[in-house]
Amino acid sequence: MNTIPMSYYLVLSAVMFTLGAIGVIIRRNPLVMFMSLELMFNAANLTFVAFSNAFGNANGQIFVFFVMVVAAAEVAVGLALIVAIFRTRHSIDIDLMNTLKN
Amino acid sequence: MPVITLQLVIFITVAALAIASALGMLFSRNTVYSALLLVFNFTTVAFLYFMMGAPFIGLAQITVYAGAIMVLFLFVIMLLGTEQIARIEQLSAQSVAAVLLGLVIITEAVVVFLLRNPTSLVVTSGGDVVSVNEIGGLLYSQYLLPFEITSFILLVAVVGAIILTKQEKPAGKAVEGEVKK
Repeated sequence: MNTIPMSYYLVLSAVMFTLGAIGVIIRRNPLVMFMSLELMFNAANLTFVAFSNAFGNANGQIFVFFVMVVAAAEVAVGLALIVAIFRTRHSIDIDLMNTLKN
Repeated sequence: MPVITLQLVIFITVAALAIASALGMLFSRNTVYSALLLVFNFTTVAFLYFMMGAPFIGLAQITVYAGAIMVLFLFVIMLLGTEQIARIEQLSAQSVAAVLLGLVIITEAVVVFLLRNPTSLVVTSGGDVVSVNEIGGLLYSQYLLPFEITSFILLVAVVGAIILTKQEKPAGKAVEGEVKK
């Protein structure tokens, strides 16, 4: 039988999600923090598709589609914010982004 | 423990590549390398989607994530010229705590999912494929309202990105460009 235990996919997903969470915490470059967010989205998507396969139900894949759309929108707005902040502050250090005004 | 099959060997190889590229993304000093390693990670995950019989999601992963989103990232990285980290990132206590807590979560996941409470569910590779036809049918019947809302989300994101990056013209110099005409 061409089967792989579900647990393996869950562990892979958990490892990828944790790496993304660690990345958000330890990196100070907002671009890398965004990439870590994408990694976390990806780990969640992997679980969705694995369960979709295990239960023989296509609804999980629809949710992955929605997650991808929201991630794309989030990246577009987030990168626009980073560019706007870089224009005013000439730096994208996350520790300097401590004010909403100006 | 399941018997070692070709599928299992392929899965473990691809999973190891995915984790290695994610680690490389985290600890690379150069942001461009981080982005390229993340593209590699997305490609390995797309491979897993293909293995699980999800061709639509796998192709969307490659075109949307590895293609569009990461090109956007690379574009912004090059635009801002922030490839290299200028200063040493000085957060050693927080970093050490984060890595330790992350290791705790990973160990916990391994213990819970593999040792204590393994599910009897299995993921079949090379089994039935969820066709694009089936996904389209679901999207346009059961999930029609969420699907329409995604179009609105994308519209808001596009307009928001344009407004956020629009150059604010200083009030006095607004006519300067028009004089040249």
